[in-house]
Amino acid sequence: MKVLVLFAHPAFERSRVHAKLIRAVKQLPGVTLRDLYEIYPDFDVHPDTEQKVLKEHDVIIFQHPFYWYSGPALIKQWMDLVLEHGWAYGKDGNELKGKYMLQVISTGGNEGAYSPEGHHGHVVKQFMLPFEQSARLCHMHYLPPFVVHGTNQLSEQQLDQYAQGYTQLLQAIQAGQLDLQRAQQLQELNSLTGIPQITSASK
Amino acid sequence: MTNESFFYQALVYLATMVVFVPLAKKLNLGSVLGYLIGGIIIGPAILGLIGHGGEDLMHFAEFGVVMMLFLIGLELEPSLLWKLRAPILGLGGLQVTVTALVITGLAILFGLPWNQALVIGMILSLSSTAIVLQMLGEKGQMGSAAGQSAFSVLLFQDIAVIPMLAIFPLLAPQGAAVSEETTSLIAGQPAWARTLIVLGAVTGLVIGGRYVVKPILHIVARTRLRELFTASALLLVVAIAVLMTLVGLSPALGAFLGGVVLANSEYRHELESDIEPFKGLLLGLFFIGVGATIDFNLIVEHPMLITGLVAGIMTLKFAVLLGLGKIFRLSREQNLLFSFALPQVGEFAFVLFSFAGGAALLEKDIVSTMMAVVAITMALTPLLMLVFEKWIQPRLGSAADQADREPDQMDERNPVIIAGFDHFGTVVGRFLRASGVKTTVLDLDSDRVDLLRKMGLKVYYGDASRTDMLKSAGAEQARVIVIAMATPEKNREVVATVKKNYPHLQMLVRATDNNDAFDLMNDGVLRIYRETVDTSLRMASDVLEMLGRRAYQSQRAARMFRRFDERSLKGLSAYRDDKQYVNVMRERIEELQKLIQADAYTNMMIRDAGWDRENAEERN
Repeated sequence: MKVLVLFAHPAFERSRVHAKLIRAVKQLPGVTLRDLYEIYPDFDVHPDTEQKVLKEHDVIIFQHPFYWYSGPALIKQWMDLVLEHGWAYGKDGNELKGKYMLQVISTGGNEGAYSPEGHHGHVVKQFMLPFEQSARLCHMHYLPPFVVHGTNQLSEQQLDQYAQGYTQLLQAIQAGQLDLQRAQQLQELNSLTGIPQITSASK
Repeated sequence: MTNESFFYQALVYLATMVVFVPLAKKLNLGSVLGYLIGGIIIGPAILGLIGHGGEDLMHFAEFGVVMMLFLIGLELEPSLLWKLRAPILGLGGLQVTVTALVITGLAILFGLPWNQALVIGMILSLSSTAIVLQMLGEKGQMGSAAGQSAFSVLLFQDIAVIPMLAIFPLLAPQGAAVSEETTSLIAGQPAWARTLIVLGAVTGLVIGGRYVVKPILHIVARTRLRELFTASALLLVVAIAVLMTLVGLSPALGAFLGGVVLANSEYRHELESDIEPFKGLLLGLFFIGVGATIDFNLIVEHPMLITGLVAGIMTLKFAVLLGLGKIFRLSREQNLLFSFALPQVGEFAFVLFSFAGGAALLEKDIVSTMMAVVAITMALTPLLMLVFEKWIQPRLGSAADQADREPDQMDERNPVIIAGFDHFGTVVGRFLRASGVKTTVLDLDSDRVDLLRKMGLKVYYGDASRTDMLKSAGAEQARVIVIAMATPEKNREVVATVKKNYPHLQMLVRATDNNDAFDLMNDGVLRIYRETVDTSLRMASDVLEMLGRRAYQSQRAARMFRRFDERSLKGLSAYRDDKQYVNVMRERIEELQKLIQADAYTNMMIRDAGWDRENAEERN
């Protein structure tokens, strides 16, 4: 399967988490990476270009930090402009039909904070409902997110583990080895990779 | 003067202007030379159309000089004038004193009595405000160091005319009939009273300008009759001139003061545009008069004497100017421009010589000879300037200037080099500095380099098109070079040097217009920045906003326009030398218009479906 990573980070230069993750993506052959804040610093997303790229891929990944329980503004701008009526959804909007969509998210809070009992009261996937339903409206399969938790407390070693897990995940998707049916049932894709539980360790 | 002869004269003068000035402009000679040549041709020497009316004409047209100084005053705010006090008093004072003393000395050597020698020395030290300022203004040199220096000197000379007029009667031989100006109110008053009256008149001018003229102009402006405002403007200048003449001051100086007083007023531009055409016409007449008064008979009779006097006076004045320019630290090129601009004798000389003749200070022979000499020096000035521009200046830029000033030693190793630091490069530099990026700045204008250094900016003097300069600017270590020289030719030279010797350097190049951009494309430059595109588009999108369009859509349309324009520029470069160019260009423009309309109205509504909820809902 052909993988497209749409990466959105307004302060990429200050993010050690995404620096590692992006390096991992770049090392993988066959994955298309689009750094949206670099391509569209003026927010003038070109629908034609983006739609052409989308058609060439099977799995669309939004990689971004978790801002106000959602993505950075450019992600929303991208969706507003690219997912057009009559193209992505609506009567004749079938261009994205059957593709997969998922998010790779970094959060400051740890896993415990994103739980029904935690500080934020919901798991990350629940906050992603608008994305999930958007994917569905565009006839896509929505997969649960791959989440890097507690970014402020992660050691270099733990970060490397996340990057490795991300690589494994992408490789599995590319090779068609990911059990998509099973994956759709999960809260996070993290458990499919070799990332150890680190919530308690970092506390 | 009968009506007939008035119309006849008007016909002759206006026709002379209309025929000769465009011709001179076409030949790159400048308007002043056009007027002068016109004057010579219609004068008694060749066509004889105006007989010997040239001198009368000049006395009338001298009023153009008064108007010019009023306009210059309007441009000069008092604070700026205060800033210029050092060059005015220092440079101007020295120029007048040194020139006058040297000429006086020489005249005594030639056997003139000391008092006559002094009179001639003082008169010949003056230069022509009318010719020089008109010429420098036309060449856009008023703002340069040479232009400012020339202006300072001329202003001092205008002031110096007053004491000269006061001294002349004292120099007159005992017993000779001293003819005072009959118009002067203060003739015959004791010295202290004269001083008081003069001071009173100047104070009155300043206070009157501020508290009387402004309210009057306000009332006149409210009548909304344009011609009434023009009349008031003329009245103002004439009134100042009359007042100044009454108290024995130079009308030009008074008008200048009046202009300065009104420089801060809201009517400044209105006054400027009203007076400007009159000034232009009168000055034109004045120059024609100068051309017509050149007495060719005298030249034919005493060719050696006249030639010798003209050459001697101009060489001497030139030498003094050059020396003073050096002392006042003008760069070599600016100093030469300054010295080539001012070596003639000025229009005040005609007044002063006839005054001195009337006061029996000088013999008639001397007066008429000197008048011819003065007129010739004035007529030669534009020619000298032409020689300077055509043959001397081009050599300065490359060899002499650099020989004069060694390129600065640079010890910096910065990632960015900025070549060219005028208003364009400055913005780039300021922004980079504010963003914490270290830059090495090279500029070719030595005066600007000095100024910027005084302001605390590290700027180096040097020509970025030279490999060794780039090397010492750290081109080997740098990653990016911003090429923003003042002329396209210079930019391309730098591009060539960088491509040849430092291919690793990424170039960002300033272009003036599309053609310039095409040249740079041919040179293989990828990042080309046309000077005005971004600013114009920002302006245009502001227009849309003021018409009520939403700001976001206006700016988005402007950005799209720029993207398309840049893309089509690349396409057009293939056709640039082609006859098809215009056709292709027209197609592109139409295409772009369609696109913009599609974007503004259709695209923004339909394409950007996500922003148009209601529509989308309906279609769902």
